[in-house]
Amino acid sequence: MDTTLLLEWTIKAVILIFILLTGFAYLTLMERKVLARIQVRLGPNRAGPYGLLQPVADGIKLLFKESIIPAKADKVIFVLAPLITVIPALVINAVLPWGRTVTVFGRQVSLYVANINVALLYVMAIASIAVYGVTLAGWSSNNKYALLGGLRSAAQMISYELALGLSLLGPVLLAGSLSLVDIVEAQRRMWYIVYQPLAAVIFFITSVAELNRAPFDLPEAEQELTAGYHTEYSGMKFALFYMAEYVKMITVSALFAVLFLGGYLGPFESQYPWLGPIYLVLKILVGLYVLIWLRATLPRFRYDQLMRLGWKVLFPLALLNVVVTAVIVVLMG
Amino acid sequence: MLWQYVPIAILLVLSTALAVLIVLLDALLGPRKPTFRKLSPYESGMVPIGPGMRRQPVRFYLIAMLFLLFDVEVIFLLPWAVTFRKLGLFGLVEMLVFIAILLVGYIYAWKKGALEWE
Repeated sequence: MDTTLLLEWTIKAVILIFILLTGFAYLTLMERKVLARIQVRLGPNRAGPYGLLQPVADGIKLLFKESIIPAKADKVIFVLAPLITVIPALVINAVLPWGRTVTVFGRQVSLYVANINVALLYVMAIASIAVYGVTLAGWSSNNKYALLGGLRSAAQMISYELALGLSLLGPVLLAGSLSLVDIVEAQRRMWYIVYQPLAAVIFFITSVAELNRAPFDLPEAEQELTAGYHTEYSGMKFALFYMAEYVKMITVSALFAVLFLGGYLGPFESQYPWLGPIYLVLKILVGLYVLIWLRATLPRFRYDQLMRLGWKVLFPLALLNVVVTAVIVVLMG
Repeated sequence: MLWQYVPIAILLVLSTALAVLIVLLDALLGPRKPTFRKLSPYESGMVPIGPGMRRQPVRFYLIAMLFLLFDVEVIFLLPWAVTFRKLGLFGLVEMLVFIAILLVGYIYAWKKGALEWE
């Protein structure tokens, strides 16, 4: 019994990592294609049909590139930093529910790696670890751009984490649980984006800032900092940072879907549990498209504007949202 | 209850193995022809001016301090939100008092100009 259970967990973990890596590879292609279309270009279309083999070509190219470690860099931390960034990005997805229980080869299998009762706290805790990776990468490179990029990134991520944490409280208050499975099941009557529109907007804005993506991509503002904290990275170490960013994009879209768009819920899902993952993937794709769309259309914030938005607008609004939600929950009984 | 975390541990071990494998492959497969210029810090093609690590504005430190204060508040609110339906009106009033005290600190920091970034 115990060995089969261990085997099941291992298989699920391997499948999850496989999904995330494939998702990462094709998300880079999707981003380049969508950006190209928005800018009236074709995008990559030489490697395979519609450029479908482009991510493979990119991966092989990066694998055989020289990986430079600058002479004055702190070598141990320089190598550790991409690991510290990418491992949490993968591990955070353990609590994502992809669907309800399904039967595989006559065995009841639940479509998540782990269902812990503090799932949202776990997400917040693991997400904060990524700040260390970015800051250490900037610090250990012995490069002005990298150091400034790392510092900016850390300040930005912790500033927006406050409003992010507060916006998570809305769904938690309504569902009365931190478990993502419970939160999804509580949305059977109505998606939380209807009850919590403000929290949804704040969650979306702050998570774009946590991702360091446009219009919040100041840590890697090309015109002033070349590439920010990963200026000195090359080869597969650079690819690891890239991987962390895109895996986190998938995670953020998935979390948005789970918290506000009913996760794996959808029509006929209760009869056919296999539809659950398909609905979730569709919702994730919509989220990813919006993230790319934002990058293509919005100009970058200035740093003082960014800090003002985070501390003086989003934080009080998120706090107000929590108080109003709590009062309404008490009034409704 | 602790067994629920075993799958996460498995995922952690697998992801670490994958990331370490990628870094090792990177070291094994790529060419290695270091030169002095290649190993010097990148500064848009210029010869680097001054040291790579220098003093940074104290504002970053201030932001970190403020973050610590208010993040503790968020963490306190999490268990409260979970058990809120059981606590009812009592829980609401208690938390309003808690938030009010922190709001005083927030307004103080705002008035003192700690949130400005000039």
